Amino acid sequence: MKILVCISHVPDTTSKINFTNADTEFDTNGVQYVINPNDEFGLTRAIWFQEQQGATVTVVNVGGPETEPTLRKALAIGANDAIRINATPTDGFFVAKQLAEVIKTGGYDLVIAGKESLDYNGGMVPGMIAGISGYNFLNSCINITVEGTNVKAVREIDGGKESISTSLPLIIGGQKGLVEEKDLRIPNMRGIMTARTKTLNVVEPVEAAVNTKAVKFEKPAPKSAIKMVAADNLDELINLLHNEAKVI
Amino acid sequence: MSILIYAESAEGKFKKVAFEIASYAKKVAESLGTTVTALTVNMENVSDLSKYGVDKVLKVNNDKLVEFNAKAYADVIKQAAQQENTKLVILSSSTNSIYLSSLLAVSLEAGFASNVVGLPVSTAPFQVKRNAFSNKAFNITEINTDVKVIGLAKNSYGIFENASTLTEEIFSPNIGDNDFGIKVASVEKSSGKVSIADADIVVSGGRGLKGPENWNLIEDLAAVLGAATACSKPVSDLGWRPHAEHVGQTGKPVATNLYIAIGISGAIQHIAGINASKVKVVINSDAEAPFFKVADYGIVGDAFEIVPQLIEKLKAFKAQNA
Repeated sequence: MKILVCISHVPDTTSKINFTNADTEFDTNGVQYVINPNDEFGLTRAIWFQEQQGATVTVVNVGGPETEPTLRKALAIGANDAIRINATPTDGFFVAKQLAEVIKTGGYDLVIAGKESLDYNGGMVPGMIAGISGYNFLNSCINITVEGTNVKAVREIDGGKESISTSLPLIIGGQKGLVEEKDLRIPNMRGIMTARTKTLNVVEPVEAAVNTKAVKFEKPAPKSAIKMVAADNLDELINLLHNEAKVI
Repeated sequence: MSILIYAESAEGKFKKVAFEIASYAKKVAESLGTTVTALTVNMENVSDLSKYGVDKVLKVNNDKLVEFNAKAYADVIKQAAQQENTKLVILSSSTNSIYLSSLLAVSLEAGFASNVVGLPVSTAPFQVKRNAFSNKAFNITEINTDVKVIGLAKNSYGIFENASTLTEEIFSPNIGDNDFGIKVASVEKSSGKVSIADADIVVSGGRGLKGPENWNLIEDLAAVLGAATACSKPVSDLGWRPHAEHVGQTGKPVATNLYIAIGISGAIQHIAGINASKVKVVINSDAEAPFFKVADYGIVGDAFEIVPQLIEKLKAFKAQNA
């Protein structure tokens, strides 16, 4: 089985979010980048398929040379090789178009992408890849097993879960549940050393329609200060929630 | 030219998000000088939609669509959009609508903006404001395509009554076998409980509750308020509560009217997941807990003393205001 794991290079959650160039660009100054958490769950599940079922795992990212450390980290965790599509990810459709091209060329059986990235929170790339490539698509996937080309998987739904059956080739939008937090791997020294010599292919982008454009960013208005209520004055809390906040 | 919405339903009733996107679509339609058409699937009585400004309903009745299937549903919405010559499709941010929205956008060759908050910033060019960076910023996105799809963030607009006269039409789309590459084997829903996705109020517990045996505090408080229960990541990692209750960055997102955090310190990953909630209350024994910096109302004190009293007082309040 050939698995492709799509990796977003995103600011760590603890990063300060600022914008530059008259609020039209994200300010990368001092920002720590990580593998998008939803992608990391998917990557770890892919490594499980590699170790248990002999799958090969390729990781792919759309981004400039500055994103390569994130791909190297994925290689250190255990991916076999990596592809970087040398372009600035302008919108979800552009990214999906690039990834669909790599999928077509590489003939992957299973494509795992995080259901949403932490930066733009678009949540659209996995579905758009499926729309372009025509592969089966399961979003919010929290469990997957593969036998031959038969797939059994579980999808999280509002207020429960849904078990499904389908077949390869398949694209999933993954999240926590594919593996648990405790199963995530921190690259060890051996992994980091071997990652340096693994193949990282750089490919040029294909043309894609520019459907949407991020024109500006805004920060939320500063929050008003918290109102403290004394522990022995719960009537006041109920009063505030009822009369001021109007939520009960 | 009408705006098209997909009005979701479950067990013969419309979901709240259907009324929210109807209210929103009506307002957008008024500014564009057009009307709102809603697509419904296997719904008999659709009259409730007229309260929120829907002008026309396309009713789809099809046994193949009893269970949700993203590709088939996207296909049905696409055909409806084409029949109505729709330029703008508005969807909710339910799990199912998010699932189908990107498939729909590709098949309509439409630009798609998700997580939209508020009315369009401008209609020509068409610009919307959306949540980004886990609610730490907004992003103004311009959609340049002829047909556009937007996904409205849950609870970001609200439900507004706006009576209209509704016309109903039966719509019979073509659904092929290739729409059913994904087959539903079984569905498991926690019955009798308010789900986090549907709740107006969420009561959430953290490690400060000391153990799963104390969760009756959370459940009893939730019961008085008609709320859903949730928990922090450490609590689900420790196995005190099921993973489905974990809210936060890697858990479920919460965008509710009232979020009550009890014994949760407020790690940045937790806040990222619940920050879209309108009003946040924190009860914690540690006055230095970071949650106090982002909450609206706070109480410093022992949850084991405060919560039982709060439950009693809320019961009395509910009895008075019933």
